[in-house]
Amino acid sequence: MTTSSITELRAKRSRRRNTNMLIGSVLVSLVVLAAVLSFIWTPYNPYEQFFAEKHQGSSLSHLMGTDRLGRDVFSNILYGARITLLVGLVAVGIALLVGTPLGILAGMKRGATEEVTMRFADILLAFPALLMAIMFAAVYGPGTVSAMVAIGIGSIPGFARIARSGTLQVMSTEYVQAARASSQPALRVAWRHVMPNIVGMVVVQSSVTFALAVLAEAALSFLGLGTQPPTASWGRMLQESQQYISINPMLVVWPGLAIAVAVMGFNLLGDGLRDRFDPKLNGERS
Amino acid sequence: MVMRILTNIARFVASIIAASILVFVVLRLVPGDPAQIALGVDASPALLEAKRAEFGTDRPVLVQYFDWASGLPFGDFGTSYLSRQDISPMVLDKVQVSLILVLLAMILALVIAIPFGTFAAVRHNKVSGAVVSAVSQLGIAIPGFLAGLLLVIFFALKLGWFPSNGWTAPGVDFGEFLSRVALPVVALASVQAAILTRYVRSAVLEVMSEDYLRTARAKGLSPMKALFKHGLRNAAIPVITVTSVQLAALIIGAVVIERVFVIPGLGSMLLDAVGNRDMLTVQSVVMVLVGITLAINLIVDLLYTVVDPRIRKSA
Repeated sequence: MTTSSITELRAKRSRRRNTNMLIGSVLVSLVVLAAVLSFIWTPYNPYEQFFAEKHQGSSLSHLMGTDRLGRDVFSNILYGARITLLVGLVAVGIALLVGTPLGILAGMKRGATEEVTMRFADILLAFPALLMAIMFAAVYGPGTVSAMVAIGIGSIPGFARIARSGTLQVMSTEYVQAARASSQPALRVAWRHVMPNIVGMVVVQSSVTFALAVLAEAALSFLGLGTQPPTASWGRMLQESQQYISINPMLVVWPGLAIAVAVMGFNLLGDGLRDRFDPKLNGERS
Repeated sequence: MVMRILTNIARFVASIIAASILVFVVLRLVPGDPAQIALGVDASPALLEAKRAEFGTDRPVLVQYFDWASGLPFGDFGTSYLSRQDISPMVLDKVQVSLILVLLAMILALVIAIPFGTFAAVRHNKVSGAVVSAVSQLGIAIPGFLAGLLLVIFFALKLGWFPSNGWTAPGVDFGEFLSRVALPVVALASVQAAILTRYVRSAVLEVMSEDYLRTARAKGLSPMKALFKHGLRNAAIPVITVTSVQLAALIIGAVVIERVFVIPGLGSMLLDAVGNRDMLTVQSVVMVLVGITLAINLIVDLLYTVVDPRIRKSA
């Protein structure tokens, strides 16, 4: 391959990476903006019911119309962004804080520790986040808190696996072997050498897991096992609109659109970050 | 190779046992007493005692676990605390419904994903390839139940082509079955097709940069011919892996889809049991779902061992 074609290819890759990152960041910002805005201002109180104005279409006074109780849909969409972000943040937080250290431990200790940790991760892998959340709802009753925790636990294996494979790569490098030979404590090696090298992978995993958590929360609330009324949640809005689907199909479209924007945003952001952090990937891999 | 197969089976059994312990522990943390739930808050202590004896919940937890777990290999899940009916025949009945949904959806997803993914890879630096990638990105962002609702709005309510919900067993009336199963299967398949398209695309792209493909070109094969003769078979391995993982995701996805279309499968059974706090049924259905997932993993591992000579030799 000639030098000019390599340069050309590089330019192309960075263009693609930028599009992914750019669209992803814009969509995620939209969701964050909606959540922040909901604390400052919404057109109406999302929970206030105006029976006389139920099932209205889009208009200047109700941008996304009103629902079966005459509540303003746009205000509810703004409020729903809060739950979406909260669930995503807590679930990713739990999975990240538990899964990453476990993965690093497995990668550094090897032997029995590794075997036990990774088997545990494998078994947890047979319990997808949504199934874990349904189990939690059966035990603790439905609610946002048990949903967040369950989705978080269900997402642990992903982080453990990523962290372990990253750690294994770093452990074979000469500078880590040198650090270990000079009898530096394991924690220090983990912090100084392993962490900086796997942080990129972990960030990518966080973004992708965030998208999955948003999906899981929406599904769970749709089933009536997640966020409970009257708290606004996009999945619950879908559940409520299901029986009015023939009267007012837009009640499905708006929260559906909101979910799609959030999921696509975090997925694209993850793709963009992956291209940036992983030099091995050529931007072609999607 | 025999050694490897045995290891895989042993690992499967160990995973099932570990999973059953996990399910039991999580679901037995329940604060409520099944006897109390069955009889109501006003029940007298003597009645409660009798009910606990009937359910067997007065025995030590470990005994209860072994009692439940020892039935599992034989498909015996015990008797529901709530309906007092045997759980196993119900599970058997419902699992068929769910498996029909899942398998049809997976076939449809692959039929869509393989040609489109290959196309997107071959045309990766053309607009048409980018369009396929963009559409698949959109498809991933639309969860199955949302796709289901949108399909109902359009094809059931607007056009009236399909019923909006319900279920007919294929043995009862095949035509009716097809019209009822169409929308849920498309809804389930859409997300999977989008995900698999991306994996097929990247697998084919990876293969396209391999040396043996260049060799095939050098010996005079056209790009298409080289790809079909030498490339796709190699691209198949990662795609099979992802398909097995996604099959497990589909089983959970079906739980939600069944709710949208009011289909009496495992998902509806699980959700009803959760709603009624019928814990033994919840426990059993979850175990079946997890068991299916682990069984799929086992089958794929075994397939690799048989199909891939590199893995076969290494054992």
